[in-house]
Amino acid sequence: MDPIIKEYKDKLPEKVLAEIEANIPARISQTKLREIMELTVVEYGRMKVEAGESVGLVSAESIGEPGTQMTLNTFHFAGVAEMNVTVGLPRIIEILDGRKEIKTPMMEIYLRKPYSSGKDIKQIAANIKETTLVDIIAEISITVSELVLEVTFNEAKLKEFSVTASSVAKLLQKSVGSFTITVDGLRLVLKPKTKDLKNLNELYRIKEKIKETFIAGIKGIKQVLPVKREEEFIVITAGSNLKDVLKLEFVDEERTTTNDVFEIASVLGVEAGRQALINEVFKVIENQGLNVDIRHIMLVADAMCAGGVIRGITRTGVVSEKSSVLARASFETPIKHVINASLIGEVDYLTSVVENVMINQPVPVGTGMAGLMVKPGSVEKK
Amino acid sequence: MTSEVYMNGKFVGNVDDPIAFVNQVRGERRKGMVSNNLNITYVQESNEIKIEASKGRVRRPLIIVKDGVSLLTPGHIKQLENNELTWDDLIKHGIIEYLDALEEDNALVAFFEEDLTSEHTHLEISPLSMVSITTSLVPYGNFNQSTRLNAGSKNQKQALGFYAANYLVRMDMDVNLLLNPQMPIVQSITHEISNYAKHPAGQNVVVAVMSYEGYNMEDSIIINKASIERGLARSIYYRPMITEELRYAGGLIDEICVPDKDVKGYRSEKDYKYLEGDGIIYPEALVKEGDVVIGKTSPPRFLSGMDEYNLASSTRRESSTTLKHGEQGVIDFVLLTENEEGNKLVQVRIREQRIPEVGDKFTSRHGQKGVIGLIVNPTDLPFSASGIVPDIIFSPHGIPSRMTVSHLIEMVGGKVGSLAGRYINGTSFDCEGEQALREELLSLGFRENGTETMYNGQTGEKFHARIFVGNMYYLKLKHMVANKIHSRARGPIQLLTRQPTEGRAKEGGLRLGEMEKDTFVAHGAALLLKERFNSDKTFVPVCETCGSIAIKDEYKNISYCPSCGDSVDINEVEMSYAFKLLMDELKSLCIYPTLKLKNKY
Repeated sequence: MDPIIKEYKDKLPEKVLAEIEANIPARISQTKLREIMELTVVEYGRMKVEAGESVGLVSAESIGEPGTQMTLNTFHFAGVAEMNVTVGLPRIIEILDGRKEIKTPMMEIYLRKPYSSGKDIKQIAANIKETTLVDIIAEISITVSELVLEVTFNEAKLKEFSVTASSVAKLLQKSVGSFTITVDGLRLVLKPKTKDLKNLNELYRIKEKIKETFIAGIKGIKQVLPVKREEEFIVITAGSNLKDVLKLEFVDEERTTTNDVFEIASVLGVEAGRQALINEVFKVIENQGLNVDIRHIMLVADAMCAGGVIRGITRTGVVSEKSSVLARASFETPIKHVINASLIGEVDYLTSVVENVMINQPVPVGTGMAGLMVKPGSVEKK
Repeated sequence: MTSEVYMNGKFVGNVDDPIAFVNQVRGERRKGMVSNNLNITYVQESNEIKIEASKGRVRRPLIIVKDGVSLLTPGHIKQLENNELTWDDLIKHGIIEYLDALEEDNALVAFFEEDLTSEHTHLEISPLSMVSITTSLVPYGNFNQSTRLNAGSKNQKQALGFYAANYLVRMDMDVNLLLNPQMPIVQSITHEISNYAKHPAGQNVVVAVMSYEGYNMEDSIIINKASIERGLARSIYYRPMITEELRYAGGLIDEICVPDKDVKGYRSEKDYKYLEGDGIIYPEALVKEGDVVIGKTSPPRFLSGMDEYNLASSTRRESSTTLKHGEQGVIDFVLLTENEEGNKLVQVRIREQRIPEVGDKFTSRHGQKGVIGLIVNPTDLPFSASGIVPDIIFSPHGIPSRMTVSHLIEMVGGKVGSLAGRYINGTSFDCEGEQALREELLSLGFRENGTETMYNGQTGEKFHARIFVGNMYYLKLKHMVANKIHSRARGPIQLLTRQPTEGRAKEGGLRLGEMEKDTFVAHGAALLLKERFNSDKTFVPVCETCGSIAIKDEYKNISYCPSCGDSVDINEVEMSYAFKLLMDELKSLCIYPTLKLKNKY
């Protein structure tokens, strides 16, 4: 990098410096370059947000207004049943409210070199998918006279998921300890160890329970869909389990992602969570064909992540952090806030916008921020 | 095949051959053996027979068809015309029957007699019966989208007209009467059937379809000032004012009279100037807002102790009926009577002439409503080669997106009708064809497509485009600006919050709401925001020691704190009254808010 450009490292961001570097002619005089740099600093300063600008409110309006134009439709993957994605306003609300359980968790799993070109793609997808007992059996029945459960496997399915009847029996044993399991070819017979299991209802309950026994794959991945995106194959899933997916050796852990921001934050840290938040909100807005400056979303994401964990913009989240009683009370559940404040004798210093609107004082933004001070004695008396 | 039979939704039994059974019941009904109020349906999907004879079903009459031949013969029609046969006879003879929505599922109905095949079971009496009476008043309605017909019939319901011939002796609320109403030139058969000539609701006008100086943007219309002065769309508005002499406990009673000067709440003498000796205004008095129409005094509200024996007039309250803010008119009619309880009842009707003004709403019969955008002198309006100046200029931009073809055909039809001196039949599905109208227009010496060469009224220049001109039936709608116009600079405030009242009737302010507030904050206009919101600005004396609200005695000019006494510093703090109210309400919840005062600078 040119030494003169390097000098401006503290004054301009790296991105701008790189852009200058790339665009100046190969031969340029020292004075010319310095002139360019000085002008850039002035221009850059001019583009900065001015002190006292209500950035938060402008962001809120900038996201809120296009929100009124969004559709309430959910998007369906062509041909795949039960594979729909929450989009539009419901998705935005879901993200900004900081919901832990999102409606349609989804992953985009990128693959490493040989697999990304489509090698064993079906097999890989099947391996990722969560398989429970119901997926591999042909029949499950109760013999009432002997009070036993009988499980019959589907041979083809057993092969597909590369498990055997005995390995499944071992897994089952863990979840139903009070049964003795005998393997008989493709059949499993579950017999209660104690004789006091007289209640048939109990047996029915166990029957339903063992259906959900986890056999293979990754927990939480309900559906898999291999897709060709541009030149490579990726796997899109319904259901999300970032931690376990990243452990798989064929997965490209750099690009694999989920739409569950909390999962990203817990696996990769809050900074990653912040970026995921921005990406997810921006994706929705782009999808709807709307135009919102990404900086508004970044500001909201910053506000949500400032505490080191992701907090939603709700009365239990970001709003509960406000220092002003009046501001909190004016959002939701006012009585709760006022009563709690009165119990501990809270003081409201009226430093923010909402409180000052309530008591009709100048709000501390824009022209309301500046005050005029006169040093006593500095004005001559006439 | 056995089918279940349900009578009014209850299971009653089984039938072996459902179709034969249903046909038999229908046959008996047509013969009059079974009530014609009964409908029977065979539902194939569930193999059930449903018989309904309960109330609340919507039913409609249809002509019965047998073997592809209508049972209503030309002979019947002749008999009907000669009054030898009535509608009831047709039902009795099994020629016409009423079907409900469910039995219609079993029927195949033909629109026209020519369409009949052996499959058909019924024939529509008229295709017009598929729409309501109001909708059938829309001429050439079959050329339109259904939504426009809905709008068209909705608009007609709001039109001013001649609602009742005895209006002079009636005391209806909010009466609007159109002066000089006319029959439409382009009519449907419903106009004849419904005796439209007895209660017409519009006027025939000359309409030019063109733009005019941008004053007919967004569905507004231009109207000819001379037409208004000739009485076009003039209407009368009647409103009654009612009061009665109420009786109270203890034999006390209201009194309708000119109130004495010592009555509590006495207005100025000027306000009572129109009242005659009996306390009621005289007819034909010109009244404005604030004028008393019926003078009345009421007994005092609360009686206690010795007051009971001292019923001097000084304790009575004034409770006259006056004209509210913005109201005016002429006293039309005074009615003195008594109500069910035998109390004296006085009704005074106020009349007001309404001349069309900018903002009044008009419509054609095709859902093409709009307000007056400009009233223009005829000298400035475009004129045709034959010297015709339009009454109304309608914007062409209203046509393409709404596709109201009937609007255009009515213009041509109206033109032909007015030139040939006859009414045009525009009944939906059964109208005079567009082609015939065009030919007739041509034979009357006009361009067959209804356009005319026109000249700019302001410059005299010929327009490059030919303007589509025709006659239409226009309706004045009941939404008039005079009832809606509203503005406020200062005015009444609410007692509780000291904020401006809400609504036109209370001369209220227009709220600068939450979202509007946000725009001020976004612009950083803090002081402007404060100024906008200071409608309830107050100065509250605050005790510096305890921080609670102190008391300021304006008479003695002293301030003191109710808990700390008068030897403390008390400062006046500016705040919104709503916030002071909030603090008071918190106190009522046993929460004690205090204010810590600090110098701002």
